[in-house]
Amino acid sequence: MSFEVPARGFVGILGPNGSGKTTLLRLLAGTRQPSGGHVTLDGVELSRLARAALARRMAVVPQETHLAFDFTALEVVLMGRYPHLSAFEIEGPRDLAMARAALAATGTAALEDRLFATLSGGEKQRVVIAAALAQISPGSDRDAGILLLDEPTAALDLAYQLEVAALLRDLQQRTPIAIVVSTHDLNFAAGLCRTLVLLKDGLVLAAGPTDEVLTKANIRALYGVEAEIQSHGGAGHLVVVPIRRVPPEARG
Amino acid sequence: MTVRRRIAVATAGFGALAVAAITLAPLVGSTSIDLRRALDWSVPFADNVDAQIFFVARLPRTLAGALVGASLATAGVVFQGLLRNPLATPFTLGVSSGAALGAMLAITFDWTLGIAGISAVPAAAFAGAACAVTIVYALARAHRRGLSTDILLLAGVTLNAFFSALILCVQYFADFADAYRTLRWLMGDLDVSSYQPIITSLPLVIVSFFVFAWLARPLNLLSLGVDSAETRGLAVTYAQRSAFFSASLATGAAVSIGGPVGFIGIIVPHLVRLIVGSDHRVVLPASALFGAAFLVGCDVLARTLIAPVEIPVGVITALIGGPFFLWLLVRRT
Repeated sequence: MSFEVPARGFVGILGPNGSGKTTLLRLLAGTRQPSGGHVTLDGVELSRLARAALARRMAVVPQETHLAFDFTALEVVLMGRYPHLSAFEIEGPRDLAMARAALAATGTAALEDRLFATLSGGEKQRVVIAAALAQISPGSDRDAGILLLDEPTAALDLAYQLEVAALLRDLQQRTPIAIVVSTHDLNFAAGLCRTLVLLKDGLVLAAGPTDEVLTKANIRALYGVEAEIQSHGGAGHLVVVPIRRVPPEARG
Repeated sequence: MTVRRRIAVATAGFGALAVAAITLAPLVGSTSIDLRRALDWSVPFADNVDAQIFFVARLPRTLAGALVGASLATAGVVFQGLLRNPLATPFTLGVSSGAALGAMLAITFDWTLGIAGISAVPAAAFAGAACAVTIVYALARAHRRGLSTDILLLAGVTLNAFFSALILCVQYFADFADAYRTLRWLMGDLDVSSYQPIITSLPLVIVSFFVFAWLARPLNLLSLGVDSAETRGLAVTYAQRSAFFSASLATGAAVSIGGPVGFIGIIVPHLVRLIVGSDHRVVLPASALFGAAFLVGCDVLARTLIAPVEIPVGVITALIGGPFFLWLLVRRT
């Protein structure tokens, strides 16, 4: 497979379980080495970049974060500054300012002193996104950060899903970062992503602008599901309405 | 409060506690002595009975207690951070009994390092601890997300039983006097009457504390999970290996002095976290100092509760730590 995440791009990775979404994100994050082929950042092979140098450009938001100990929201966000500090260095005023800015950007400034474990699912996810922003800032237009999110809404209920979606859309408009998100939620992807990569059995089934890729035929091929795809005035984007499962012999 | 300030405040507070414990503990005992007279340098040392009791008879034991307490408490913090489980300690993981087996072998068979007859007990204790830790490490690697409490406790029970069997076996072959001596030592006993064991173990403790200082921030990151720590730029495997090695070293050093004193590694870090929060840069120095004060305090109890008979200090810490551990276990589930 081959695809590219453009500067300021917003790429969604869709596919059924076991299609390789998480593996693909790990390859992009450099936490897993490709058995063949290349993953490059600005033309440089990921494996040639120092771990800390890569972490300063790229942050990963997992599906869920459970802390082993009680840290406050601010402490969690400050952990994002790790790759910017030397071995025995302690975060300075500049790091604190960036952490607070990241909390403010995700609407969690008021939660700063709350214990992470006591936050709601949506609040936790926003704080983890704030930690990711603190990690990749300051990003200029030239070396803007990249945010990888692995099914960021899978463990959230509806209101929090919309909350995270609104946050990501807002970040994308205000900052020069590129976002790659893997998801099961077709409408979440349709509403946010400019381009989509559809994965099936570890191969790219289709890739391109959301409006072109999100078709009945592709959904049927990807999930084996008959779906209606409409342009929804209220939502302002394509909406996928699953109708029924297509029996395997009729999938073509 | 900034991290720097929190470290300073915690170090000052718990440091004062540790200094107070170390200064006051030697004053307690069968012969009562006066601190001012003991520290009165105008009287020649040979004529100053108070100073002799303070510095020769009692201070070594107190310092040994402080060193053992600090080492076991911080080793507990590191094991907990590393295995992402607040119930992990050198004692419950079986690392202490591994160290005890090594130390037992060295004591029973009078091993020396061959250099000027320096005792091989600390090195053998470290080897035993490292052996136990290797087994726990293998278990932890099989579960990428850290060890579940169930597996952790089962592994600890199993390792403790296994090493205890080997210890009994060594004892069986020892003569009667040796067997009695090692039995007391196995209960966790700070019956130290010279500075020798402290000096022998000190290098191990210094090395491990230096690694702990570096580990503080990596341990913070590891509490987010291994994957998240890695994507924040941490060399995870390197940090994990350093943690296992240094915590084994500290455990080995502590056990070689005082035997497998239990529960320090769980009581102290938990109380410290309740006071200072979870940032390892604050928790580690605070636990070292509070661990020192705590074990010195327990040893005073051990010496005085039913004086003139001394109870092994390990019995005192187990009497406090056992219920504490069960309470934590119940609270978590």
